[in-house]
Amino acid sequence: MAFIKQYISEVFGAVRSLWKGMRTTGRYFVRPKEIITQQYPDNRDTLVLPERFRGEVVMPHDENNEHACTGCTACELACPNGTIKIITKFDITPEGKKKKALDTFIYHLELCTMCNLCIEACPTDAIKMAKNFEHSVYDRSKLTKRLNKPGSKIREGIE
Amino acid sequence: MFSLESITNAVQDWLNANFSPMWALIIQCAIVILLAMGLFATLGLVLVLMERKVAAHMQIRLGPNRVGPKGMFQTAADTLKLIMKEGLTPEGADKLLFNLAPFVVMIVSMLLLAPLAFSNGFQLWDLNIGVLFISAVSSVSVIGILMAGWASNNKYSLLGAMRSGAQIVSYELSAGLSIISIVVLAGSLQISDIINSQQDGWWIFKGHIPAIISFVIFIIAVTAETNRAPFDLAEAESELTAGFHTEYSGMKFALFFLAEYINIFIACAIGATLFLGGWMPLHIGHWQAFNHVMDYIPGVVWFFGKTFFLIFVIMWFRWTFPRLRIDQLLNLEWKYLLPISLFNLLLVTLIAIMGWHF
Repeated sequence: MAFIKQYISEVFGAVRSLWKGMRTTGRYFVRPKEIITQQYPDNRDTLVLPERFRGEVVMPHDENNEHACTGCTACELACPNGTIKIITKFDITPEGKKKKALDTFIYHLELCTMCNLCIEACPTDAIKMAKNFEHSVYDRSKLTKRLNKPGSKIREGIE
Repeated sequence: MFSLESITNAVQDWLNANFSPMWALIIQCAIVILLAMGLFATLGLVLVLMERKVAAHMQIRLGPNRVGPKGMFQTAADTLKLIMKEGLTPEGADKLLFNLAPFVVMIVSMLLLAPLAFSNGFQLWDLNIGVLFISAVSSVSVIGILMAGWASNNKYSLLGAMRSGAQIVSYELSAGLSIISIVVLAGSLQISDIINSQQDGWWIFKGHIPAIISFVIFIIAVTAETNRAPFDLAEAESELTAGFHTEYSGMKFALFFLAEYINIFIACAIGATLFLGGWMPLHIGHWQAFNHVMDYIPGVVWFFGKTFFLIFVIMWFRWTFPRLRIDQLLNLEWKYLLPISLFNLLLVTLIAIMGWHF
């Protein structure tokens, strides 16, 4: 008797679990609003990317053409495949002291894997990931970018 | 009221008035062949598109939507591509069997079309053993599949074909038993008799719970017989590349593909005929007014509506359930479906003898 009881409960359990799965897919079928497909080239203007999307590394500059990079090379050391190369220079402070500062921030987009380690390593949040993903160019050398704008300098008060 | 029978009768009268009986018969055959091929081609296009759209919506995607309005010409474009491709025959293949197999599979599907009643009086061949004919002929398709697998000279094809053979032979049993339970209730093997016996309600409602159980078993068994997921071990993309049709290309591949969808249509049409009343509108007992309103919808609409509903259910299975392993597949049939359907057949027989159905 116990065997038959177990057999029947197995059959019912199986039917119930199958129905549960069918309910999930059926629910998606009757709700076309939840479709997540982005019809990309058509909706280029209204495309909404997720907040944590990683497109390329950029360095934000404020309206005075000032950035937050101290040239500490933490990002260069954190990068696993040599994407970032930082060239430093020495600024003369008003007190007449020499101070290390950023000269050129070179970023090789063609080598970058968008791993986000440089952004995490940066102590001053000088760089961040942009949401741009249309990177194709006709000349490979255009992928080697200089992130700090010409004539820019470090923002006041960032050590 | 709109009826296809009046059209067929008018055509027959006109042919008999203008031609000798033999020529009238030949022209009628030609018309039937044309209609059958037109139906097959349309079904192939519509069902493939439907499958892709249903799949997409169940996976929160959009599906094909570029070719034509809402992607309606996608399958037509695919067919055009397949027609233009080369039908390659592999070097070590058995040329005759390899080229014959797709046609065998296709002819079996075409034979199954004969006893189907599309509407009142719109039926190719109302033979008195219609249900037996269907269950006998549908098992011939396994020969085509075994032929394809054997002739391909490819281990994956052979494995797929063997699996398919084991599967179809086992699942034929429970499909047959669930069909028999309706035959017991209706008391006839003739398709038109079975449909007429559902004049006051479909068997799935009239036969109480045993009819519902045999309907569920029938749907599971035909899903397995048509080699559809979750029973698509014969094709099993992840293990056997494509199973028995690995080596086929171009139009020969398209024939297999078409035959799969035609088989689904026919299996669902048989299910709709036996359990859901075929072209018979939804009638409830003696509610004359309600039955009269339902009669205004033509039978062909009812038939295709029910059939496409069942096709949708089978597609729903495919995009929900994971594939079974071969031992699980045979366990399901021999340890669960077969005992349950045997016991169920006893119950149905009891109901039929005691006259407990409505």
